[in-house]
Amino acid sequence: MAYSDKVIDHYSNPRNVGSFPKGEENVGTGVVGAPECGDVMKLQLKISDDGVVQDARFKTFGCGSAIASSSYVTELVKGKTVDEVLQIKNTHIVQELSLPPVKIHCSVLAEDGIKAAIADWKKKRTPTSPKPEAAEAS
Amino acid sequence: MNGKGIYMDNHATTPLDPRVLEAMMPYFTETFGNAASRSHGYGWEAEKAAEAGREQIARLINAKAKEIIFTSGATESDNLAIKGVVEFYKDKGNHVITGAIEHKAVLDTCKALERKGLATVTYLPVDRYGLVDPDDVRKAITDKTLLVSIMFANNEIGTINPIGEIGKVTREKGVLFHTDATQGVGKLPLDVEAMNIDLLSMSAHKMYGPKGIGALYVRAKGPRVRLTPVIDGGGHERGFRSGTLNVPGIVGFGKACELCREGMADEGQRLLGLRERLREGLFSQLDDIFLNGHPVHRLPGNLNVSFAYVEGESLLMGLNGSTHPIALAESEPPIAVSSGSACTSATLEPSYVLKALGVGDDLAHTSIRFGLGRFNTAEEVDYVTNRVVHEVRRLRELSPLYEMAKEGIDLKSVAWQRD
Repeated sequence: MAYSDKVIDHYSNPRNVGSFPKGEENVGTGVVGAPECGDVMKLQLKISDDGVVQDARFKTFGCGSAIASSSYVTELVKGKTVDEVLQIKNTHIVQELSLPPVKIHCSVLAEDGIKAAIADWKKKRTPTSPKPEAAEAS
Repeated sequence: MNGKGIYMDNHATTPLDPRVLEAMMPYFTETFGNAASRSHGYGWEAEKAAEAGREQIARLINAKAKEIIFTSGATESDNLAIKGVVEFYKDKGNHVITGAIEHKAVLDTCKALERKGLATVTYLPVDRYGLVDPDDVRKAITDKTLLVSIMFANNEIGTINPIGEIGKVTREKGVLFHTDATQGVGKLPLDVEAMNIDLLSMSAHKMYGPKGIGALYVRAKGPRVRLTPVIDGGGHERGFRSGTLNVPGIVGFGKACELCREGMADEGQRLLGLRERLREGLFSQLDDIFLNGHPVHRLPGNLNVSFAYVEGESLLMGLNGSTHPIALAESEPPIAVSSGSACTSATLEPSYVLKALGVGDDLAHTSIRFGLGRFNTAEEVDYVTNRVVHEVRRLRELSPLYEMAKEGIDLKSVAWQRD
């Protein structure tokens, strides 16, 4: 398979790899996919009190396109508001990285990862709910 | 090692040995006759060359030359063996026994027969190493059984089946025995008489011969095996397979068999040495990696390893030059290997072979097959070892699974959100 230059770039030099320190405030974590499916993406967003994404981190188990998709979205979300981030569609990632049809699921995973991270952040902000410590996400 | 890269995918195909090419060359332009032409020297010479090739091929498996039927390759040989037996002997029975990790050329042929209502097929399970139990074969045989088809060596994991034991069972029970020997023939000793093999598929391009030529061994005596042809026509190959003989291909196939036979013992030892060097190099430097297939009963050139927490296609991408600027090709040549990951298959399913061994889908996605061959060197093995170790470590730094495992989280207990 021929990979686009952008996929190769993000695969070879992935941006924002890693995890925020445990217990850091204002961090939403999304873990999507499953090892048996060959894709697991962990996306973390650090969001200010006024709802702006300040920083992002990822780790991904998956093919080159999955790694590139997650690396790309960590750049894409920075500086955007939560509402703007929730507007990001997988089709945008497909276009930007020139993903072939067989790799569209990688972009879907990245979109799901964003949504899961925001949902986690919102949940953590709700004062009445107990502090969520999703084992796989911390 | 050369600038074009390191080829370590010799189960997919092998390069043509230059000595084979040399033997073939005259048969394209000078001695170009049709081996079936009986009326002139062009035909006589072509026939003579084809018959010499037939002798060389037969000798490798202790068969007689007339028992070798030329085909386009092992896929056709498998089709002819299985469909040919089922159709010819349809008044005697309709049952075929095969194994769960056979090549698709066997499995899909069996499925096609089932779909058409021409046969019922038993798919025998394999153990965790990929071995078929001869006792399972014995138990599966009924009074309707026509044929047992079990591969010699597996193309993904290299596991070598107890073919001689299975042959004893089938001979005793009076059913025919076919083996797809594509991966093992020429690499390990095979004797159709001692092993009671009645039909045997082989392909030239897996043994440093040309693509597009293969053969089916069809036992002539004790018992005489009959087949209904799949390809009808001019009645070539004693009516088993019509079509003008591919004389240059046959000459190359014959030469390839001769080279394999002469060098088998030494080359087997050499490949085993390289394979173990690769295995030890990887296992001594990386944790959480797993050997797929049998530790001992496997092709000397085969190594199949799951690198936990690293998806196979992403690892291939780091090795195969996809990410390489051309300037790097000399100092850091790309590496050609293959993976059992879904992302590298046409079906988006991980390897059915690994699944049948009980390897979980999670580890199947992380498997890499190394296929060492005649032209690989120790220098290449060391380079490949280093590159693989480097890439696995890099990708594990990117892997959330590796991070979780190192934190002591049991990945099996996690409620994954499946997409």
